[in-house]
Amino acid sequence: MRRLIADQTHSISLKLNGKPVHAEAEPRMLLSDFIRHVLGAKGTHVGCEHGVCGACTVRMDGGLARSCLTLAVQADGAEIETVEHLAPEPGSLSVLQNSFRRHHALQCGFCTAGILMSLDTLLRDHPEAGETEIRDALAGHLCRCTGYEPIVTAAMEAAEILQKERLNA
Amino acid sequence: MKPAPFDYLRAGTVQEAQAALAAEGEGARVIAGGQSLVAMLNMRLARPTLLVDVMHVAGGAEIRVERGQLVVPFAVRQAALLNRRDLLSEVPLLAAALPWVGHVQTRARGTVCGSVAHADPSAEIALALVALDGTVHLRGRRARRLPAAEFFTGMMQTAARPDEMIEAVSFPLSQEGTGHAFNEVGIRHGDFAIVSVAAIATGDRLRLAIGGVNDTPLVRDWSSLDDRQVDDALNDLAWSLDARDDLHATARYRRDLVRRLGRKTIKEARQCAA
Repeated sequence: MRRLIADQTHSISLKLNGKPVHAEAEPRMLLSDFIRHVLGAKGTHVGCEHGVCGACTVRMDGGLARSCLTLAVQADGAEIETVEHLAPEPGSLSVLQNSFRRHHALQCGFCTAGILMSLDTLLRDHPEAGETEIRDALAGHLCRCTGYEPIVTAAMEAAEILQKERLNA
Repeated sequence: MKPAPFDYLRAGTVQEAQAALAAEGEGARVIAGGQSLVAMLNMRLARPTLLVDVMHVAGGAEIRVERGQLVVPFAVRQAALLNRRDLLSEVPLLAAALPWVGHVQTRARGTVCGSVAHADPSAEIALALVALDGTVHLRGRRARRLPAAEFFTGMMQTAARPDEMIEAVSFPLSQEGTGHAFNEVGIRHGDFAIVSVAAIATGDRLRLAIGGVNDTPLVRDWSSLDDRQVDDALNDLAWSLDARDDLHATARYRRDLVRRLGRKTIKEARQCAA
C-alpha cells in the first residue's frame, strides 16, 4: 500500500487499445486528460467534465466509463479502449461507424466518439438490442446537432447488419 | 474544471482502508466507482486531502445472501447488482429502482454503497434501502450497524464518522405475499428524480417512501388504506412534505406528483402482492 503524493507524478501502466503504455500523472489527473494530453489519443472528447454529456465515454476493462469521472491513477493496470480502437484497420470503418456515415448520424462530431463507444458496447453485449435499448444507451449522451433520430436509425441498421453477419459466420 | 490536489492510496484490505481514514481524519474520503465523488472533485465541491480507493480490496464485490438479507459489499457496482440473476425474486424493489439510477454508463462504474454514502436526496438506492428497512454496515475501529433511516441525517449528510467506511448495505429478502413497485419522474430518464415513489403492500398494510422532495427519504405507513381513502391520505402526505421550488420543479408540481405517482405506485404494488 503506497500513498501517492498530491504534487508529484506517479508512474501509471495500462493498456490503451491493446498496446501497453507507461506514463506519469499526478493523482488529481482525470483519465480523460491522461488519454488526450499524456498519451496523445485525441479521439476521446471532453465536454462537461462532470459526467453529464457523455462525450468522454470510453471502455475500461470491458465496461463503459466516463473518463472525466475516472482518475488516471484508478486506471493503473486497466485496459482502456477508445474510439480509435473501433475501426478494423486504418482507412476503414466499423459497421457501426459506416452506418453513422450513411445516415448522417453526426454533424459537428463532438459527441460522436462517446456515443460510438456506448453503442458499440451495447451491440456487443446485446446483439438483439432494438430501439428501446438504443435510446436507453443514448440517454447517457448529449448531442445538440442531430436531434438523435439519425443516430437511432444508424444504430438500428448496424444492429441488423451485425446480426446478419453473425448468422452467416 | 479539474480537481484540487489530493493524495491517493489504493487499499489492499478493509483494515488498511480504515486505518488510512482514521489517520487522515476529516480530509479523507473513500473512492469506489467515483461517479458522484469525481464530479464533486471536478467542481471543487469536495476538496479531500486523501482518497482511499477500495475497489481493489479482495472480496469487496461479492454479493451474498445471509440471514434473510441480501448483503451488498462496498465494491459492488450498480450494474452488477442489476444484472444479478435472482434480484427480481430476492429484492424486487431494487430490481424496479436500479434501472433509474443514472445512466447505463454510470451504473457500469458506480457502486451501490457509494450511492448510499453520497446520500443525494433524489437517490433511488437510498430510497429503496430506507423503504425496505435495510441496514448500513459501517467499519471504523469497530464495526457497527445502523438502520438505514438513522444513517441518512440530511442532504448529503450521513451518520458515518470520518474514520468509518461503509463495508456493506443489506436489504431484507422479499416475503411471499408482499408487493413492491417503484416509479419516478425526472426531466429525462437518468436525470435526478423530481419525485420518486416506492410502495410496499402486504395484505391491508401499506408503506410509501418518497424521494427527491425532502432532504432524506421519507417513509409513511398505513395499517390499512382502502381505495376511497387513498386520495385523502396522499393529499395529507403531499402537504406534510417539505416541498420546495427549485430550478427543476415547483413545490406545487412536486406535491401533485406525490399524489399521482403515489396512487399509481400503490396500485401496482397491490397488484404484485395479489
